[in-house]
Amino acid sequence: MKRFSRVERLLHWLNALGFFALLATGLVLYLPSLSVLVSRRQLVQSLHFWIGVAWLAALAAVLLLGGRRLLATARELEAFDRDDLRWLRGGKAPQGRFNAGQKVNAALTAAFTVLFGVSGLLLWFGEQDTRVRFASTVILHDGLMYVSLVLVAGHLYLALVHPATRHALRGMTLGDVSTEWAARHHAKWKPQ
Amino acid sequence: MEQPPVTGNPEPRRYGRGLFLATVVGGASSLFWGKAAWDRVAGVVSPVAADLAPILPTKGWRIYTVAGRMPVFDPATWRLALGGLVEQPVSLTYDQLRSLPRAEQVSTFHCVTGWTVKDVHWAGVRMHDVLSLARPQQSAHALRFVSMEQPYVDYLTLDQARLADVMLAYEMDGKPLAREHGAPLRLVIPEMYGYKNVKWLGAIELVSQAESGYWEQRGYDSNAWVGRSNGYGT
Repeated sequence: MKRFSRVERLLHWLNALGFFALLATGLVLYLPSLSVLVSRRQLVQSLHFWIGVAWLAALAAVLLLGGRRLLATARELEAFDRDDLRWLRGGKAPQGRFNAGQKVNAALTAAFTVLFGVSGLLLWFGEQDTRVRFASTVILHDGLMYVSLVLVAGHLYLALVHPATRHALRGMTLGDVSTEWAARHHAKWKPQ
Repeated sequence: MEQPPVTGNPEPRRYGRGLFLATVVGGASSLFWGKAAWDRVAGVVSPVAADLAPILPTKGWRIYTVAGRMPVFDPATWRLALGGLVEQPVSLTYDQLRSLPRAEQVSTFHCVTGWTVKDVHWAGVRMHDVLSLARPQQSAHALRFVSMEQPYVDYLTLDQARLADVMLAYEMDGKPLAREHGAPLRLVIPEMYGYKNVKWLGAIELVSQAESGYWEQRGYDSNAWVGRSNGYGT
């Protein structure tokens, strides 16, 4: 049965592509050993910045393009019922199309995207202008990176490795999942 | 979206929106408290962090460069040239530099972008011991530090360069200065932000007055006192 629309998958994969491109260029800027290896800091810095700008612009474009359907998805993601709260406390509770963990992850990912964007722009423009230079910008940007790495590691484990959940990857690549798997993991999910 | 009503389950709450907004607001507000909080946490963590070095791969340093390639130190060809307004121009080999009186100090390194590395152990030579070899002329009032990483230069007045903990450092934390930290020799002036601490030193010239260094030509303050310049503490 259908789990993710084309526009939902597009948003997910654009976000993933942007994240890993920014992680790769960001680590070259961040890790001394890599910066020795690559050396061309100015170039990597520009790449990192413009990939970031393109990433945010692409996400914004898909959000506009997706319009009401993505808005409906967002409504679904932000709504927590009693079963979700029970699930978060570790109890067994039937879940909708998204389980409560996925809802938490979605809210954090969206917030981190905003914060990465804001702190990144402040770093870029703060280099030229003391009015937007804060001593803590770099700490925020790095902190987001560390927490994101933990979230992404957990996400990759559940999507690629964990036997009970990795079937979900099919939903994000091809769009559909088996009815039997959906009944087991997302009992309350009633496709329209 | 209209959710089909579930028996025994009241209307779902929009906690996701709350979590999103709280994270954005909390994260953005950290622009005003993040560094203070991190400095406190780092003070507790750093004794442990020494054992966790592989997990914290940067040890707090970030490597900033301006050229396409980091300079390479070749002991056979490297020289520290002292020139300009001096009685006696001098060119020191690495071994000659190492044979000058050795000084050590532990000081904190502050970058203007907000990161700080505490308790860096430097070893090197004091400015006085180098300058006395070349004997500055009366008309010399400032020093021009020329990096092998072109076109990086920066200046200190002679008074600034004579501060007690200014050093030409060839060792950091017990090891010869690593390439990314400016091998073989860098300027250390803990009172000023990192961009004044010129890496990959190749020449020091005595000049009549300080001019604008690389970052100062791009809007940063020439007198880069930590906490009292570049928009901080003013």
